[in-house]
Amino acid sequence: MAHAHESNTKRIWIVFGILSVITIVEVLFGIYKPKSLYFNNFLSMNLLNWLFIILTVVKAYYITWAFMHMEGEKKWFRRSIVWTVVFLILYLCFIILIEGGYVFDVYKTGFIKWNF
Amino acid sequence: MGATVISNEHALDGGPGPLGATYGKMMMWFFILSDALTFSGFLAAYGFSRFKFIETWPIADEVFNHFPFAHGVDAPMYYVALMTFILIFSSVTMVLAVDAGHHMKKNKVAVYMALTIVGGFIFLGSQAWEWKNFIKGEFGAVETSGGSILQFVKKGEDGNYERVKLADFAAVLPEDRTQHSRNNGVWFMDEATIPSHSANEIIQGFKAHENILVRVETIDPTTKKKVVLSREESIKRLADTKYVVEGANLVRNEYGSKLFANFFFFITGFHGFHVFTGVLINIIIFFNVLLGTYEKRKSYEMVEKVGLYWHFVDLVWVFVFTFFYLV
Repeated sequence: MAHAHESNTKRIWIVFGILSVITIVEVLFGIYKPKSLYFNNFLSMNLLNWLFIILTVVKAYYITWAFMHMEGEKKWFRRSIVWTVVFLILYLCFIILIEGGYVFDVYKTGFIKWNF
Repeated sequence: MGATVISNEHALDGGPGPLGATYGKMMMWFFILSDALTFSGFLAAYGFSRFKFIETWPIADEVFNHFPFAHGVDAPMYYVALMTFILIFSSVTMVLAVDAGHHMKKNKVAVYMALTIVGGFIFLGSQAWEWKNFIKGEFGAVETSGGSILQFVKKGEDGNYERVKLADFAAVLPEDRTQHSRNNGVWFMDEATIPSHSANEIIQGFKAHENILVRVETIDPTTKKKVVLSREESIKRLADTKYVVEGANLVRNEYGSKLFANFFFFITGFHGFHVFTGVLINIIIFFNVLLGTYEKRKSYEMVEKVGLYWHFVDLVWVFVFTFFYLV
């Protein structure tokens, strides 16, 4: 095992605190939906959604690194997992979401009425 | 085998493997990698469908707004936030169990494992309640022959539109018929549950109530709220009514886009299935802890491996939470 066996109970509770705070912040933003974020877009998605996604990735980082002990694994073991998954997910989202937006345009500008 | 022999001593027992991890742990990680890609596929498909119908997608805050013992109160997100906390907290007890395992403290591991299992069951129960609300629906809607969902609103005291239940305005006409069931049909066939009101009752009731308007699926980009039609347009649209929709199933749902309910059932269902199997594996490991299996083995690594799976389930929920309820 790569990680040392000292107790890290304290770190666990700190990470729990961080995750809780992020969740609460997300819920507050989700309820109040600040207009400056909600009605401004970046890359055809509003800033509020970008904020949610960034906070989610931060949460995912803490869960993987602290709870799943990724920080204690060997560098290339960690990379073989993280780089693979990050690359494939980004690629999948890129290709599929662009296609979704394209299909939306086809429906909107085409001559077929699909929802009436 | 000659000169190329490498040590296969631990190839199958999960013992020391490459990169400083045991084979067992490494394979758990690669399983999680593949499972993560499965979930990303589902969530990306959800994103695809949502981008495809971006102007008409249901607004999550209006769908998931129930909280236990708070009937009729609009409480968006609180319940799922609570579910998120339950799962994060059970992740904490799990990681505490792993930590106690490193110090070979059997009783501590057992207590924390038990707490994790309890957390898992609470989460599953919460999800069942969430599904119940989703399936039952609250306000009801009608579907037109073109497949779009029409919901009903009236102007509230504060000037905002508020949803109206079908039962509040539907006319009662002498046209009830009994549910066709297997035991009395000529061909022993049954049918889907008959809605509480017929399409005609809705249309007649709508005409009798001047203050009720139709709300369509389209989202107004300037307010990010669903468009409400005028009274004349409402009556015109309502003439196309084909079905009365109450709640949700895999064919149609009262919230809007049909895919919305399908993805909800499929993704949260698949995640719930993961939680369920996670709880089962946790129980097995819990009993192994009690029996002293890992005490004899002088290593609590099994707890660590099942812990990885459990954290992964939590990780997926974090993303489901974001993409279904927040975004």
